[in-house]
Amino acid sequence: MNTTTTYTPRARYVSVPSLETVAAWLLAIIWVFPLLYAFWAAFHPSEFMVNFELFAPLTLENFTNAWSQAPFARYYLNTFALVTGVVIGQFIVCTLAAFAFARFPIPGKNVLFMLVLIQLFVFPEVLIVENYRIASELGLINTITGIGLPYVASALGIFLLRQTFKTIPRELEDAARIEGCNWLEILWKVYVPLAKPTYLAYGLVSISHHWNNFIWPLVVTNSVESRPLTVGLGIFSAPETGVNWATVSAATLLSIAPLLIAFLLFQRQFVQSFLRAGIR
Amino acid sequence: MQLYGALLLLPAAILLATFAYLPTIATVINSLFLPGFRGAPTEFVGMENYQVLFDDPTFWKVARNNLIYAVGTIPTSIALALCMALFVNGKLRGRGFVRMAYFTPTILPMIAAANIWMFFYAPQIGLFNKLLGALGFSGVNWLGDPNVALGSVIVMSVWKEAGFFMIFYLAALQGIPPELKEASDLEGTSRWSFFWRVTFPLLMPTTLFVLINSLINSVRVVDHLFILTKGGPNNATNLLLYYVYENAFSFFDRTTAATITVVILLVLAVVATLKFTILDRRTHYQ
Repeated sequence: MNTTTTYTPRARYVSVPSLETVAAWLLAIIWVFPLLYAFWAAFHPSEFMVNFELFAPLTLENFTNAWSQAPFARYYLNTFALVTGVVIGQFIVCTLAAFAFARFPIPGKNVLFMLVLIQLFVFPEVLIVENYRIASELGLINTITGIGLPYVASALGIFLLRQTFKTIPRELEDAARIEGCNWLEILWKVYVPLAKPTYLAYGLVSISHHWNNFIWPLVVTNSVESRPLTVGLGIFSAPETGVNWATVSAATLLSIAPLLIAFLLFQRQFVQSFLRAGIR
Repeated sequence: MQLYGALLLLPAAILLATFAYLPTIATVINSLFLPGFRGAPTEFVGMENYQVLFDDPTFWKVARNNLIYAVGTIPTSIALALCMALFVNGKLRGRGFVRMAYFTPTILPMIAAANIWMFFYAPQIGLFNKLLGALGFSGVNWLGDPNVALGSVIVMSVWKEAGFFMIFYLAALQGIPPELKEASDLEGTSRWSFFWRVTFPLLMPTTLFVLINSLINSVRVVDHLFILTKGGPNNATNLLLYYVYENAFSFFDRTTAATITVVILLVLAVVATLKFTILDRRTHYQ
């Protein structure tokens, strides 16, 4: 996000904050409050859940409780495996398809491309019933592959990469061909390196999406061995399990921590990526 | 060349066929058949499943909920997103923090967001009721009262979604040429009319884009229901996709699930048509 505003609003004297500033800050405080509250609840003994004393004793006990009451280490591992696998798979499959759409003469290419774009609207999770049947016929129930595979041929990825590939001058390709490169080498040495920003943007969006995805992983998994963090957290914190709330908030923070920290460190990249992937 | 191109498309084509096209077609077909008992062949029943669905008051309740949910979340998130973008686009002390505060809910999983809001909404120990109690009011059953529950779900969704839409407005605001503001300042135009006469119309493509996205989300994202209400009380917060999930995996009624899925697909088809006709004609990003 570009932080430079080129015009200066009418000069205001700093002493009295304008109504707008007050409103902006009020809204910001309301917006972070739920998250701050989760931090408060997670780092204090449960009797301080609704009892705000500034010097309430801090504790890590809620985190150790959460960690010992549910296999979060395994959930982390599964989520990491899932996200890595999905992103690598998407990069490969979408790159190939986008390259074909951008540079190859294929009969009926526009119609095919429109067919691909349908997936921007018809998501795997909407077709949950049939996708479950197909996944079970393929023996993918309760596997990490089963969670990820329906998302690998991503219309968004194909779309974004195709658009980027199309902007790359043909001359570069011709030069590479004169050097004796074949198609795959041209793709790998010319197109892929020049599309790096697109890969970064799409990769970040995809990581956030799959780190957070819930309903399809819930349906397709049925044991600790394959459940990702979101599903693990959902089962752990379901009200009927009667888990202590301070522990639930610790568990919630545990599951969002990696993505939240990554976001706070690389805010600009995240926001840029969401923008890039959104404006299409 | 053509063969090579087709080969490059093959992996994507196989995957899309397996997890998008075939399931779509199978869903439509399933909605037209009744399964036979114990291996008996399925029976073609035409529109009968739809007839049954449309005679089911629960379906209408759920569809109505989804409509209320959409009407409740979409305009509110869009208006808030626009306010947020206007706030952080101007000169503002602590702009970085304010912008981060608005955007952070976007990157949380819906499940985590629902967990956090559960602390607010829970009847006895929830923060909202504790605060009401401290002020001398009796508590509200935020998720248990059928008249309030859907509203509570809507509030949480707006919180989760508004910051995401903000970034699109912010990008669009920064693309508005500053000369327009300078000219209007010379003319002595008030900020209010500058906003309605210049800024807002220029943001129209963004508004349409955000609208499409939020429409899609309103039929697609039901994760929070799993934590907050499970569609209850008495289906007061049930949404279409959650109802599909319930039918398929709790009631084991795949036929009804398929029939409702077709309804969702039709809604998405309308949204897609909207996008490809109106939006693509009016925006020129490329």
